[in-house]
Amino acid sequence: MTITTSPTIAPPIGLLAELTHRCPLGCPYCSNPLSMDMAAQELDTETWKRIFSEAAAAGVLHVHLSGGEPAARKDLAELITHCTSVGLYTNLITSGIGITPAVMAKLNAAGLDHFQLSIQDSVAESADKIAGYKGAFSKKREVAALVLATGIPLTINAVMHRANITRAADMVKLAIELGARRVEIAHTQYYGWAKVNRDALMPSREEADIAIAEIEALKAELAGTIVIDHVLPDYHARFPKACMGGWARRTLNVTPTGKVLPCHAAETIPELEFWNSRDHTLLDIWANSPAFNTYRGTGWMKEPCLSCERKEIDFGGCRCQALALTGDARAADPVCHLSPDHIKIEEALTASTDNIVMDYRYRRLEKTKS
Amino acid sequence: MNGFDEIADAARPHLPRGVRLRFDAIRKEWNLLAPERVLKIDSIAVEILKRCSGEACLTDIVADLAQNFAADPVLIRKDVSAFLHGLVQKRMIDL
Repeated sequence: MTITTSPTIAPPIGLLAELTHRCPLGCPYCSNPLSMDMAAQELDTETWKRIFSEAAAAGVLHVHLSGGEPAARKDLAELITHCTSVGLYTNLITSGIGITPAVMAKLNAAGLDHFQLSIQDSVAESADKIAGYKGAFSKKREVAALVLATGIPLTINAVMHRANITRAADMVKLAIELGARRVEIAHTQYYGWAKVNRDALMPSREEADIAIAEIEALKAELAGTIVIDHVLPDYHARFPKACMGGWARRTLNVTPTGKVLPCHAAETIPELEFWNSRDHTLLDIWANSPAFNTYRGTGWMKEPCLSCERKEIDFGGCRCQALALTGDARAADPVCHLSPDHIKIEEALTASTDNIVMDYRYRRLEKTKS
Repeated sequence: MNGFDEIADAARPHLPRGVRLRFDAIRKEWNLLAPERVLKIDSIAVEILKRCSGEACLTDIVADLAQNFAADPVLIRKDVSAFLHGLVQKRMIDL
């Protein structure tokens, strides 16, 4: 490879491969964009393999195979075999739908390192309603058993919101019962579909606080039994999250059509120019594409971030959230109590608990990109 | 598992599936790769983990290290036990 990153740009450590936007579930907080890619536009097997080879050569350690539902791709096991052969650690992020015993055997033989299974709630009826898919919960239990039988480590992934927040601790218990070594309790982040559904998803501050305290207590109590990763709800925080560990510092995303993004929501920022892996190598995109360089580092910042002692800690928070709530992607993430727009978070919290919406707008692949 | 920070002499520590000790040729460092985790590993830790095959028990591992590095087995046992206990808590080592 002739292109190298400059000494000031550290190589990426993780790559999220959104293999497809096809998915049988309709979770109302899906992180995919509102306008999704159709099957015919997806990258072919050979292009994905090239991307994975380039990722390994660029310094990527973990590859996260996601979607949509990655099992909707018939070449999933072939892609995992390739990732393994170039030394990448493979993490499958799946709804479990489509993981039959035959598919599981192929994934196992391909050398899959880690299986991450989403579960929508600890009780079947609610879980199926959230997923918009009847029978999803019982299917997922079957898939967890298949994973366990292979010896591949299992993580249970649970997104928390108003419909399930009172059962956060039950989700941890369910994960242990299913044999998971790790559980991710992620409070909903309001982007894309979740932002559309915010008034149906946002829990009250009291409910969120109780759940947070329960999960934090379980972390220490269950050390050695299960690893708990707790993604806190940023609307309730004082400081913003270090979104993606800082823009273009650690990870990159490849969309089903090959566009390379600094984060899954980056396409919501109109000023950014994305490059496609069909036209450029991954390392070239990482080092040189405008989208990665626009908010890399701290040079783009304005006040209050510019003079903030935390600017290398949280990197001003999330650019997509700053744009969505303030109209300016260079503004401080309004989650920060120092942001002049922080009132917008307070207003959203109040509005969502005052105007409770019961129905979800389910995530469906109904629109095509022009 | 709960509350004991000592690894038993007869325990046979090993890396479970999904946890890999790997030399990163690009960054020129050893890593322990696990689900959603990358731990940078120093040279002493590499020597410990290379011996965690699931065949050797803690006593064997400590004796081997003491011999190879001409160090006090009592001190080595203490360090190895504390290091491995930390990884057990993170589910990156099974006993």
